Amino acid sequence: MGQLTGRIALVTGGSRGIGRGIAERLARDGAQVIVHYGSNEAAAKETVAAIDAGGGTAFALRAELGVPGDADTVLDGLREHGVDRLDVLVNNAGILIPGEFAETTAADFDRQIAINVKAPFFLIQRLLPLIPDGGRIINISSVLTRIAGSSLTYALSKGAVDVLSHTLAKHLGPRGITVNTVHPGIVPTDINADLLADENYAAQARQRVALGRFGEPADIADAVAFLASHDSRWITGSKIDTTGGTAL
Amino acid sequence: MSTLNGKIALVTGSSRGIGRAIAERLARDGAQVVVHYGSNETAAKETVAAIEAAGGKAFAIGAELGVPGDVDTVLKGLDDHGVDRLDILVNNAGGGSQQTIEEATPEEFDRTFALNVKAPFFLTQRLLPRLNDGGHIINISSGAARFAMPQIIAYSASKGALDVFGHTLAKHLGPRRITVNTVHPGFISTDMNAELLDDPQFGDMARALTAFGEIGKPADVADAVAFLASDDSRWVTGSIIDVSGGIAL
Repeated sequence: MGQLTGRIALVTGGSRGIGRGIAERLARDGAQVIVHYGSNEAAAKETVAAIDAGGGTAFALRAELGVPGDADTVLDGLREHGVDRLDVLVNNAGILIPGEFAETTAADFDRQIAINVKAPFFLIQRLLPLIPDGGRIINISSVLTRIAGSSLTYALSKGAVDVLSHTLAKHLGPRGITVNTVHPGIVPTDINADLLADENYAAQARQRVALGRFGEPADIADAVAFLASHDSRWITGSKIDTTGGTAL
Repeated sequence: MSTLNGKIALVTGSSRGIGRAIAERLARDGAQVVVHYGSNETAAKETVAAIEAAGGKAFAIGAELGVPGDVDTVLKGLDDHGVDRLDILVNNAGGGSQQTIEEATPEEFDRTFALNVKAPFFLTQRLLPRLNDGGHIINISSGAARFAMPQIIAYSASKGALDVFGHTLAKHLGPRRITVNTVHPGFISTDMNAELLDDPQFGDMARALTAFGEIGKPADVADAVAFLASDDSRWVTGSIIDVSGGIAL
């Protein structure tokens, strides 16, 4: 029996990259996993199929985040599947629009804040009645809240997520709900493919990692699994740097 | 779940309190555990007996830490038991000054730093050749390194030193895939702080500072240490894990 048997988990952006790694791991631990996706239905179906093939339980739920009514769409999707309880909520979906400070447009700024901050904020607000006492909220932030990178808007949006998390942890303490953030370093996925295509950048970035390689989705997922488990019950309002020791 | 089958772990100061809970948990996960103790042999024997009763493997070694020759004594204890490899080192032993800056003396300061900083520093130095690549070093620091506890300022400062030791060593040992992480427990009911927490005024203050409104138990910390001792934490290094129940958020 897995440590999450009987639990229900929602992973936003769970169709690809780190989110897919998290969805697969939580399912392996026994949770029923809701694989949320924004637009790539084929990828979401693949993730669900992989979970099914591994003996797990999952279904996909589509909702574009960062647009009006996004949380409603998620709630409708849960209701359609008869889900009225959520033990683990992983706010993983995020967007990085590359661009130097001087080039950043207001539209790009708004879109990153809408998807990376506003969406998880109101998703948590609306889902809270479904989260039982002792539940888990895990927000995926970024190492860029600790070290300076070029993606300024993305980085500051994650800073907002960090503060949302520890403030919410205090608020939800009386209900025994823990709220924590995970800070991945560079994990090659679709979100940073353009950045890493620059070989100079990639080589320099790799040199900053104490463990000498880039991360993989499973590296992050395994830390998230800990935060989703009973073993992490005394950790809240906290951040776990999951970067292989980047820029120590 | 036996994620640590075949691994050997040394937990300093594990006859009582948080250390004992760590030793018991790592043994439950399958590790053979070396239960180090400073002076309380009876308590160490109890810990070993509890581990064995649960089907685990452990033995005790005594070595007063923070005194000249302390590391030699630990190494001799390991040699006596034929332990020449280690996978997990938990620097948990600690203690010392419960004084404000006005009350603090150089002697008490030295004793605190010798136990909380110098002992883990040189123990780690001497054990490094025995530590397997891909191993885990876990230093038990204190939440007092993050939130101000003027009642125990020298103790807090010593834990700050231990924190920096941790992330610096993590960088150094990256090429060997050895992770080095630090755990910050908050208010946990143990012998060491019984006096403080039994004081109604302090106890109420401590509970009020915590998001959960409770004092933690040794197992709450041990379960987080078990994560850092497992393969699931392989991508976490040079990091601090706050295990305080959300103190002073």
